[in-house]
Amino acid sequence: MNSAETSPRTETMLLNLGPQHPSTHGVLRVWLELDGEIIVNADPDIGYLHRGIEKMCENRTYHQCLPLTNRVDYLAGEMNNFGYVLAVEKLLGVEVPKRAQYIRVIMAELTRIASHLFWLGTSGHDLGAMTPLFYAFREREQIMDLCELAWGGRLFPCYFRIGGLAADLPNGFEKIALDFVKSFPKKWKDYDNLLTKNRIWIARTKDVGVMTPDEVLDWGWSGPMARGSGVDWDLRRDNPYSSYEDFDFVVPLGKNGDTYDRYLVRMQEMLQSARIVQQALEKLPPGDVNVDDPRVALPPKEKVYKNIESLINHFLIIEEGIKPPAGEVYQAIEATKGELGFYIISDGSAHPFRVKIRAPSFVNLSAVPKLAKGRLLSDLIAIIGTVDIVLADVDR
Amino acid sequence: MSTAIIEKVKAQFPDEVVDTDEFRGDTTIIIRPEKITEICTLLRDDPETGFRYLSSISAVDYQPASPRYAVVYHLYSHGSHQRVALKACCADDEAPSIPSVVSVWNTANWHERECYDLMGIKFVGHPDLRRILTPAECEGYYPLRKDYPVRGY
Amino acid sequence: MGIEEHLGNNILTTTLEKMVDWSRKNSLWPATFGLACCAIEMIVTAANRYDIARFGMEAFRASPRQSDLMIVAGTVTKKMLPAVVRIYEQMTNPKWVIAMGACASSGGIFDSYAVVQGIDKYLPVDVYIPGCPPRPEGLLYGILKVHEKILKDPFLTAQYREKQAAKPRRHHEHGHH
Repeated sequence: MNSAETSPRTETMLLNLGPQHPSTHGVLRVWLELDGEIIVNADPDIGYLHRGIEKMCENRTYHQCLPLTNRVDYLAGEMNNFGYVLAVEKLLGVEVPKRAQYIRVIMAELTRIASHLFWLGTSGHDLGAMTPLFYAFREREQIMDLCELAWGGRLFPCYFRIGGLAADLPNGFEKIALDFVKSFPKKWKDYDNLLTKNRIWIARTKDVGVMTPDEVLDWGWSGPMARGSGVDWDLRRDNPYSSYEDFDFVVPLGKNGDTYDRYLVRMQEMLQSARIVQQALEKLPPGDVNVDDPRVALPPKEKVYKNIESLINHFLIIEEGIKPPAGEVYQAIEATKGELGFYIISDGSAHPFRVKIRAPSFVNLSAVPKLAKGRLLSDLIAIIGTVDIVLADVDR
Repeated sequence: MSTAIIEKVKAQFPDEVVDTDEFRGDTTIIIRPEKITEICTLLRDDPETGFRYLSSISAVDYQPASPRYAVVYHLYSHGSHQRVALKACCADDEAPSIPSVVSVWNTANWHERECYDLMGIKFVGHPDLRRILTPAECEGYYPLRKDYPVRGY
Repeated sequence: MGIEEHLGNNILTTTLEKMVDWSRKNSLWPATFGLACCAIEMIVTAANRYDIARFGMEAFRASPRQSDLMIVAGTVTKKMLPAVVRIYEQMTNPKWVIAMGACASSGGIFDSYAVVQGIDKYLPVDVYIPGCPPRPEGLLYGILKVHEKILKDPFLTAQYREKQAAKPRRHHEHGHH
């Protein structure tokens, strides 16, 4: 399994950081070659959560793929579908109404905050800081309540649809969400006070897992991993999609490229996401939430019950599915972990010919052997925590 | 900008470019597989293109069409915020292989292992080509190929 | 005129079986076995809002030797299956298994080449919790069902019966004296 040949004379020890481990954030296995406590070689063995999502997508209609793609990054469920529906809409050549774009941004940024809160709690827990977990989950539960209020599901609501959304926001959502984002910075101070100037936290994370900006580009890192090293890149600002250009936000950058800087970047990103949600809620335009195209979006239910064309339209879309023209597109979004890309090839039929998911965790994890070499075993745990992997994203 | 990229590649490698495609704003350059490493090095090092970031490598099975296997490289330039896709079809339909681009971008290591694992495409020059997602002891098992059933055997 | 009347209100009488089962169910320690998305809801159940500590279960043990409940939370893939079975075998008796979520119960929405269509093909499951993922309240309800199952667990009589079954049988001879 291990690519290095060890002769019987060497004194390195082979340790298996097995797939069942409290700190690996899922079923990750790392083959470690240790010299005492120093890591000589670390070889991640992944695939323990490979569910064959890409293959399954080829046998379903475009809408039926939505629950599958939702479960790619299970900490930020709706964010994955954001990338998928944008890719299919690019194939179709449709653009959803402004209201739907704003609501999509609201949901995506709320899931970003939820995902970062979970990261904060669990990676702090790995390094021994148990308290931030309970504080972070307090806010995360409120976001889950918001998700449930708006679209019925806590983790995997499948709210985004090709051509818009499943339904409009319920009455009263704006007020509850605004209350939450306005109170969030004060709650954020709690986690900041616990960790940012904490000597143990700084000792465990400073100068651990350093990547220079050139290495970041070479190893394909994106998202907070790249920004922690000072690479000024955010797809929401540089290749904007879904009306992100209407919002005013700062892209936080780190300096040293170590675990501590990435922690600071993610903390600031939470505040910026709350800012974006507040702007989106305050400027939310009225209108439809689905594109007015009978080939793409389901007609409203009232029309289906009264109008024969709408009934036929409804049946055709559900039975046969939408049929984008033949072609291929690549659409990437700034997901919570980095660049989440969907490469979809259509052959003109109702089933996608090929769906390739460019998963950020897969690429971010590939540099861990390089970062872990020569470090202590406990630094490996800090490195895995900072990479913020989600195994379903790694394995798909 | 995308025409400039295509012209640059055509200027340096006139025989390698088979076709170009533009769909919904995405540019795809279809090239022959033999000199893929050199073309990628050009796109990475040239200051005007500057594609220092490889987003992903995808393998596609076009069965029953021939050539059956294609490898698609998606590149991104941080300077111009542009993307380009390179598509190279493998010459052999039975035992597909293509030169590896690990020497150009380190991130290609795991991408190519995944293409080998799920589609069975061999990357010549890859330092450590072994399975990554499916169990290591599987032989002749390439689940993403079109003739492999989705439920398995 | 039972003995309870003479003892007064300070002494409870019960059977050894009931006491052991009651103490077992009140501090059932789960093994950390979060595989996929259901693990998130499991962690949330252990966090502040859906506090699992009120059932005595906040001690999620990493070592299977120290745990008695295995909550299979998430999709079991064919690559992961040997590890799951090995951990189950390493757990000491008595042990219980909860199949949490649709994937552990029956493969869920992932009907593909890489996914085991239900962990009950390989492990004896005590409680199935449907959902994708089940709400934390759903997980707590399933855990309460395991508690009910434990309370009905006749460990003393089961041990006695096993001992009897293991003893060599005596012949009944004709005309015994």
